[in-house]
Amino acid sequence: MKSNSTDAAVAIQVDKSLIPLTVIDPSSGWVALKLGELWEYRELLYFLTWREIKVRYKQTALGAAWAIIQPLFTMLVFSLFFGRLAKVPSDGIPYPLFTLAGLIPWTFFSNGLTQSSNSLVSSANLISKVYFPRLTIPLSAVLSGVVDFAISFILLVGMMAFYRQAPPLRCLYLPAFFFMAFVTALGVGLWLSALNVEYRDVRYTVPFLTQFWMFATPIAYPSSMLHGIWRTLYGLNPMVGVVEGFRWALLGTNTAPGPMIAVSSIASVLILVGGVFYFRRMEKTFADVV
Amino acid sequence: MSDIAIRVENLGKQYRIGALQKNGGHYTYKSLRDSIASAASAPFRAARALMGRDGSQANHDEDTIWALKDVSFDVKHGDIVGVIGRNGAGKSTLLKILSRITEPTTGHIEIRGRVGSLLEVGTGFHPELTGRDNVYLNGSILGMKNAEIAKNFDAIVAFAEVEKFIDTPVKHYSSGMYLRLAFAVAAHLQTEILLVDEVLAVGDAAFQRKCLGKMSEVASEGRTVFLVSHNLAAVENLCVSALWISSGRVTAQGSCSTVLSGYIQDSRGQDGRSNGLEQMRRSGNGRVKVTGCWFEDENGCMIQRAKSGEPVIVAIEFQAAPNTRNVDVGVSLSSLWDQMLFVHYSSYVGQYFSDLPARGVFRCVLVQQPLSPGDYQVGVRIVENASEADWPRGSVATLEIVQSDFYGTGHAGFSGQALLLLDSRWTLGNVTSSFHNMRS
Repeated sequence: MKSNSTDAAVAIQVDKSLIPLTVIDPSSGWVALKLGELWEYRELLYFLTWREIKVRYKQTALGAAWAIIQPLFTMLVFSLFFGRLAKVPSDGIPYPLFTLAGLIPWTFFSNGLTQSSNSLVSSANLISKVYFPRLTIPLSAVLSGVVDFAISFILLVGMMAFYRQAPPLRCLYLPAFFFMAFVTALGVGLWLSALNVEYRDVRYTVPFLTQFWMFATPIAYPSSMLHGIWRTLYGLNPMVGVVEGFRWALLGTNTAPGPMIAVSSIASVLILVGGVFYFRRMEKTFADVV
Repeated sequence: MSDIAIRVENLGKQYRIGALQKNGGHYTYKSLRDSIASAASAPFRAARALMGRDGSQANHDEDTIWALKDVSFDVKHGDIVGVIGRNGAGKSTLLKILSRITEPTTGHIEIRGRVGSLLEVGTGFHPELTGRDNVYLNGSILGMKNAEIAKNFDAIVAFAEVEKFIDTPVKHYSSGMYLRLAFAVAAHLQTEILLVDEVLAVGDAAFQRKCLGKMSEVASEGRTVFLVSHNLAAVENLCVSALWISSGRVTAQGSCSTVLSGYIQDSRGQDGRSNGLEQMRRSGNGRVKVTGCWFEDENGCMIQRAKSGEPVIVAIEFQAAPNTRNVDVGVSLSSLWDQMLFVHYSSYVGQYFSDLPARGVFRCVLVQQPLSPGDYQVGVRIVENASEADWPRGSVATLEIVQSDFYGTGHAGFSGQALLLLDSRWTLGNVTSSFHNMRS
């Protein structure tokens, strides 16, 4: 199999008409997405993601346990202050489990967002020295978070077992909600990473942004506190759909009304599409500005 | 037509330098605050860009510079092109555009063949990862396929001589090992077209030799190489043709030796040949000082050029303090790319001078100089009583050697690059007689 593929490569070199032709012209304004090129560079995407994963917990004493510690401690703090002291309702679910089901996808989202928004600037040496589709950089930053998500998901499963909460059959929908979180994280990450190349203000904005966004997302409280049209409009924050979707799929709550999920899905896709176009438009100046 | 590997037409690259001027030469990142002021006009700019009228930027000439302008050239398949020019001439910009890192502002480029660009060795190396991991990572960043890296892995490790440490994180590597591994990956890039920038300017002398060796190996494989370098000797050795860029424009393109000597002549002219001695960095106690240097023929006439094989007299004018003892005068000759040909002190032939006059001239007769046609630089150093009196660091004069009937046979000699001509006698013998001579 291997030798076959190398033979084919030699044949390509011999046949002059098949020599790849690269044309470089100045582009202006909005440019084509060239997603096919991204596919050609899938091996690089794989290696960059793999590098992120391998390097992330190097020289830390606790290693990948950090993926669990983050949501675990937030859960403890939230349970104490919001659950015990403020007596925030939790849709009939034990409060720690309720908030953890929101924290797990949220942590994936906020880490993905933070990593990808810094990704271009921290890969400045790559950008100014080698050509490859720049989309691979923020994409690999978000992708590498999937491993952390998988680890922290074990915590969620453990907590569900602790509270004897069997997942309903509709937990099969969970990947769809995870995908929504991924799309949103990548979409926002693309906007912010491209902006960050030119405006380093982004670096200081991201911690605030994630903090505000977290309180604008029903993690410590249920979205059922809102009613009717307001609840649907709340879905404009795509993470509302993700968090409530997670609870709906895993904990069997009735907190994911169709319209809200639909609004969130559309919002997340729009953020991503806008992000990709904006990214591609700014891409040509990255190497000069970064 | 199809033998053209790279075709560049009217290439131009404009950079904005507005931010640079505002902040007293320090480049600063644009901050949001700066842009909010002009935010109102941004939608209109965006709209203009949408309509494809980006060129309107060109009106603000005071804020922009053309790093490259009207650059056109062709590179044939299998050609090894050296790109030379001063710092800031636009060489690196050209390379960045060709490797698609940055976009041109104007112009059109066609490249036939897979392109590999080496603007730096070890791009993407991560200190925490092992040598093995970094080879794969760096390889894929340079555009190699996974299978390709796996196939070349052993060769890469062997070339870098880091077999023992391949599973050690590269942060524990010595800088030499790190560079060797980084270059080794790059050297195994199997693309038809290779764009290389200053890669040779790293590492110790032994490693540089190895890199140069690898580069000439690559060159001999019939691949197209586009090499940007300050190392003129490397360009001279490796390249067939050269491209000279100054101030963003192509000044000359053609055979390597022609372009190179033009470039060297030009840079010497700008450095100021006539007042060179006064401004040259020099060391020594100054008891004897070089004040001038020129060439004479056998009749004592001042000459600018000499024929190969003809005697040349190097005249060194000096001023000296009283009561000088054991003065030893040294003359050196080197090629234009600083390759030293010989160093010759008067003491080598048993000659010292004492009680020099306040002003005078040393004359050194180069009997039957064996130089091939070209330009040579002369260096001078004077030692008095075993301590250095004067050493101007640089060329005090340039000797031009022109072609002559050196061998007396009408044959001009080797037409390629070789610095020396040697006279010789040839005989023909049979195998047993030479064997016999070796024995005895």
